[in-house]
Amino acid sequence: MSEPVKNTLLFVVVGGLILLTGFTQSWNAAILILNMGLISAIMSIGVNLQWGFAGLFNVGVMGFVALGGLAVVLVSTPPTPGAWSTGGYGVVLALLLGAATVVAAVMVAQKMPKGRTRTVSLVGILLVGFFVYRAIFDPNVSAIEAIDPAIAGNIGGLNLPVLLAWPAGGLLAAGAAWLIGKTALGLRSDYLAIATLGIAEIIIAIMKNEDWLARGVKNVYGIPRPAPVVGYEVELQQDPSFLARAEWLGLDPVTASTLSVKLGYSLLFLVVLLILLWMAQMALKSPWGRMMRAIRDNEVAAEAMGKDVTRRHLQIFVLGSAICGIAGAMMTTLDGQLTPGTYNPLRFTFLVWVMVIVGGSGNNFGAVLGAFLIWFLWVQVEPIGLWLMNLITVGMADGSALKAHLIDSAAHMRLFTMGLILLIVLRFSPRGLIPEK
Amino acid sequence: MDFLNALVALSNFVLVPAIAYGSQLALGALGVTLIYGILRFSNFAHGDTMAFGAMIAVLVTWGLQAAGVSFGPLPTALLALPFAILGCIVLVLVTDRLVYRFYREQKAKPVILVIVSMGVMFIMNGLVRFIIGPDDQRFSDGARFLIKARDFKAWTGLNEGLAIKTSQAITVVVAVVAVAALFWFLNKTRTGKSMRAYSDNEDLALLSGINPERVVMITWIIVAALATTAGVLYGLDKSFKPFVYFQLLLPIFASAIVGGLGNPLGAIAGGFIIAFSEVTVTYAWKKVLTYLAPENLEPSGLVQFLSTDYKFAVSFAILLIVLLFKPTGLFKGKVI
Repeated sequence: MSEPVKNTLLFVVVGGLILLTGFTQSWNAAILILNMGLISAIMSIGVNLQWGFAGLFNVGVMGFVALGGLAVVLVSTPPTPGAWSTGGYGVVLALLLGAATVVAAVMVAQKMPKGRTRTVSLVGILLVGFFVYRAIFDPNVSAIEAIDPAIAGNIGGLNLPVLLAWPAGGLLAAGAAWLIGKTALGLRSDYLAIATLGIAEIIIAIMKNEDWLARGVKNVYGIPRPAPVVGYEVELQQDPSFLARAEWLGLDPVTASTLSVKLGYSLLFLVVLLILLWMAQMALKSPWGRMMRAIRDNEVAAEAMGKDVTRRHLQIFVLGSAICGIAGAMMTTLDGQLTPGTYNPLRFTFLVWVMVIVGGSGNNFGAVLGAFLIWFLWVQVEPIGLWLMNLITVGMADGSALKAHLIDSAAHMRLFTMGLILLIVLRFSPRGLIPEK
Repeated sequence: MDFLNALVALSNFVLVPAIAYGSQLALGALGVTLIYGILRFSNFAHGDTMAFGAMIAVLVTWGLQAAGVSFGPLPTALLALPFAILGCIVLVLVTDRLVYRFYREQKAKPVILVIVSMGVMFIMNGLVRFIIGPDDQRFSDGARFLIKARDFKAWTGLNEGLAIKTSQAITVVVAVVAVAALFWFLNKTRTGKSMRAYSDNEDLALLSGINPERVVMITWIIVAALATTAGVLYGLDKSFKPFVYFQLLLPIFASAIVGGLGNPLGAIAGGFIIAFSEVTVTYAWKKVLTYLAPENLEPSGLVQFLSTDYKFAVSFAILLIVLLFKPTGLFKGKVI
């Protein structure tokens, strides 16, 4: 079997699995898998860019995904009345002062000669800066959080169309990635892993605790949908032309409206995925992509050829993280809410890694395939596990504690299965389903 | 008097908790550092190894409690600890045989081993959730306090009380014993010396007839013992929750790296540095400062530098500072 035939076949199989879900379970479930699969595919492309192209070990995907979600709230929700005038500008001022303190400290550390004067002024700048920052920051934050805390208590957003929030999510993630990369990319791979792992936890901690930003664990609901493409079920059910189309298809209005909304998302996500996939493919083939792989395969040789390794690493780290940010913004849009409490590194960082490695690191199509396959399994392992447990325990007496425990625990089969898949692929087919050419 | 009160308040809220937490981190970091020194990769599954060991301890404790066995004022979990260590040793040795050995023979790059440890992490995490579920489990029993705050006040006549939990005292004692045993083993026994030789220079160790597989096996056994001890102590002190152990990975790695990866002494120092900074930065200093400050100058706010939710940020900030200024860690570790 030739290479393209095999790859097409693999995609057909995964597509078939999703269709099978539609026929045997429900079309709603199938389209949900498809939508999250599309988003996961975009995350995989981002991670593949970093790991497959450049060999950067980023385990902070969750942080960038969450930043994308934050961008959606900051861009597309309506502003809270009075929040900016009571405290918004003060908060911005405080943050700017905080940033200025850090910049000043870095300048002092770099420019002044080593010695006691430097240490004293460094500590002085940091301490004074910190207390000034807190003095301005705290009262303004309490002022914002005091506004209607039951439904608002945050500064709100810019009330722009939600589609603009997707690139904004990418930009926000890129900004964070630049900061992290600037400090951590000079280090070796293990350290970069720990650094990104930590930064992701910190981003989530900030989103959970800074209520003035996006209401923290109180969550933000009712994020607007991308209007013309994705409508609202209730409105669709009252639209005569929509009802006529539903009747022509032989669907009842409720089912038709939910399917139409979900398919609207699928369409948008597919467009984004295709654009990013095309860009990633072009990058892979371009001289830039060849240079990246040369750096990955032998940093010393590439450096000897005059390539600025740290700079290139920073570049691709920012790009890959931006893609993860876009995916995060899309996911929050799909959910219609931002819930910082649900971000979990196993689900948002390590699962994406499983997708990339199973699919084939270094190959964009592999990453996309892996994303769909692993997401499908992630969703379906739970019912399969339950079915399996029911089968195993069929001989046991009803009401036995072991039987109840086994059936209850079936829900936790997911992580186990994902680990098993990852280890098996790494052992027997380390280059993944669609290997790098 | 005010000064004594301030001192007691400081010990009660900062020193005692930080010493206990630091001992737990130090034990965890020792495991990470040993794996790094001998097997030469960062083991992402370490947090879940701790959770697995602690889970067995919880289960055995429940069994002992049901059988009516108790350890007097001490928690029954201490009796369960040897069984838990055995169980954990079996798990890591099986994992090594089935998973890691293959890559060792291939001389795979360290980063591949890190990814493999990610897979192991998933599996162990799934196993723990499968067996005991993702919820909080309490398994501490025996006397809750070694010194009660009220008794302390009555003895000393101070306004501030000092409470020391049994779990905190046990943590420190067990950690000291474990560390002493480890250092005795590494420095005085033939096997320990062969481990250090292997860590220093693999090829030279092979040439002098050290059996690498045996070194690796003993490393795993020690790591399992340390991880289980750390996990049980942490569970006794706070409570057992699988996901929390996964999150401990970050402060543990921070401790190991701050001290210098591959250096056991550094891991201990790093554990205490991280623990003390986390606790001091997230503690509200109002009480202590009110005692110390002169009349009318008491602080009005809580004087808390960061909210407790940002404790990860503290370990991370220290990690970054050390990495930027002294990439080998405070004690000279391996350069990676």
